[in-house]
Amino acid sequence: MDATFFMNVISAGLLTGLVYGLMALGLSVIFGVMRVVNFAHGDMMVVAMYAAFLLYTKLGISPVPALPLVAGLLFVMGYLLQRLLINRFLGATEHIQFLLLLSLAIIITNIVLMVFGPDARNIQLDASFESYSLGPLILDKVRVIAAFTAGGVAMLLWAFFRYTTTGTAIRACADNPVGARVVGLDVEKLYAVTFGIGAACVGAAGCLLLLLVDVHPHLSSDYTLLGFIIVILGGLGSLGGALLGGILVGLSEALSGVLISPSLKSMFSFGLLILVLLLRPQGILGKKP
Amino acid sequence: MSDNATSLSASKSTISRRQFTAATAAGALAASLPLRSARAATPLKLGVLLPRSGHLALIGQACQRGAEIGLPMLRDMGYSVELMNADTESNPDVGRTQAEKLIREGANMLMGCFDSATTLAVAGVAEQKGVPFVVNIASEPKLTEQGFKYVFRNFPSAGMLGKGGLLLYKDIFAATGVTPKTAVLLHINDSFGMAMLGGINALMPKLDMPFTIVETIAYDPKARDLSIEVSKAKAAKADLVMTVTRLNDAILLVREMVKQQVETMGIISPGAPGMYDKQFFKALGKYAEYCTTNVPWFDPTQDMAKTLEKTFEKAFPEESCDLNVGFTFEAVLIAADAHKRAGSNDPQALSAEAKPVFPMPPFKGRT
Repeated sequence: MDATFFMNVISAGLLTGLVYGLMALGLSVIFGVMRVVNFAHGDMMVVAMYAAFLLYTKLGISPVPALPLVAGLLFVMGYLLQRLLINRFLGATEHIQFLLLLSLAIIITNIVLMVFGPDARNIQLDASFESYSLGPLILDKVRVIAAFTAGGVAMLLWAFFRYTTTGTAIRACADNPVGARVVGLDVEKLYAVTFGIGAACVGAAGCLLLLLVDVHPHLSSDYTLLGFIIVILGGLGSLGGALLGGILVGLSEALSGVLISPSLKSMFSFGLLILVLLLRPQGILGKKP
Repeated sequence: MSDNATSLSASKSTISRRQFTAATAAGALAASLPLRSARAATPLKLGVLLPRSGHLALIGQACQRGAEIGLPMLRDMGYSVELMNADTESNPDVGRTQAEKLIREGANMLMGCFDSATTLAVAGVAEQKGVPFVVNIASEPKLTEQGFKYVFRNFPSAGMLGKGGLLLYKDIFAATGVTPKTAVLLHINDSFGMAMLGGINALMPKLDMPFTIVETIAYDPKARDLSIEVSKAKAAKADLVMTVTRLNDAILLVREMVKQQVETMGIISPGAPGMYDKQFFKALGKYAEYCTTNVPWFDPTQDMAKTLEKTFEKAFPEESCDLNVGFTFEAVLIAADAHKRAGSNDPQALSAEAKPVFPMPPFKGRT
């Protein structure tokens, strides 16, 4: 194993990690603002993957151009879900919220199972078999597209929260919900927008992941768990933390797969999680409560 | 003593002791015949346990098609079978629970389960409950080496699969005139994959294979991404890639090898699912043509196989009548035949009649 080999492994880990990070962004946004842990996160992503799959197979729109459509669809789904259901449980104890979202996850999985059946579905693009060669470095074309799009979506999200009035209002709600109400902000509506934005991030990630993995209804639990590992590593509620967590998980999987054993690579993500919980319980970029 | 001496009455028609004994025996036989016949007329309730969802769903559904497509054929052959279907969800724990449920609901026999881990779990239930269990596909050696009384298998064990598969490698090398010196083995780390690994490692020196395995890479069959595994295989710079896969991971592996520009003399599986499945060809297109798999196959020259293939093509023109279909049909046939010969739904009688068909017919390899 030479330096070129490790460069290839690290670049693959980085690219995969960026997509993981985008997937976890939605979870982090929702928790950061509303303090609601979205256990239906993976299920919403599976819905997005199926939506992208349908757009490709029925209308011939490939996942990257379909991204705004799917993100928009998930935004509406998230907005309505928050307005009609989750909002009623915001004052409830945490375990009630957990149960609510777990129930929602099970319902979504079963609806998807009824509609699409248990088969794994994938899409075949010409790019699925292509790669870029940069000297000795071979970069998977699909991963490069997915990673750059993930980076772009993360930048847009950051700009939205930093520079727009709605973004600033949402940050105000996250920092001090009572104060936000006092100054006349419609907190419920802003929470619904936040949930919509979180869901839209999940939708974008779903489109990109469809380029990398096959979708089936039971995929959701794997990605919900992975999302939790990433946001806890990076720091719950931190946008940068979610991206950093994703990259760390991608890199740890890649390097442990090469240096120890590929079949043990997931174990190292959990090992990393325990280490961070011991040394910095709030996550690498998280704030102390 | 004459027969007359034992006559009850000289004036009435008399029945001798010998006649009475004979009549009683004949009566008992006559009485038993309709009873046996009536029992055989009660259809066999066969609990079918297959992974119709989860990561083995595509193969599980192929097996299910094999179980269902043969029913009209079996009816024409005079067999009477009702299927009680259950989904193991590619999970041994679910398989165990479903087996118990099927038995509670009246299954006389069980059939399944495609993957070794679930099959082992269901075998435990079958033994505990005393219900015969016919394995359609599963190669874990323990299934037939553990002394189970109610488990019957008509599929090669991992050792047989490995031996048959490795011997076919030599045929391929002879036919192509190219013999690799080194190989890298990529294998799944479930019960089947580990059993195959054990078989291959034991057989390589015994069969005097012309190449050595320089790197062995295990991975999770549910893996979402195999880029690291393929990077590691590429770094081994071996002449040949050997694979022990399921379906989804076989697609991922080959796709990743194309992307990473892996150059090898060939990709040859010594006996595993994946590379013969229709979905593999659909997903990989022209790249599927560069892969070879050595697997057991039903004999396509037999009349029954021809009828099965015709029936299957008519019912499922988009699917292929592969070994999953063939071996599952055969498992249902074994169960139905045991039921017909036992003339009963009694588990002991079914077990006794399922035994003569074991061991299986000669291994037929196909590349």
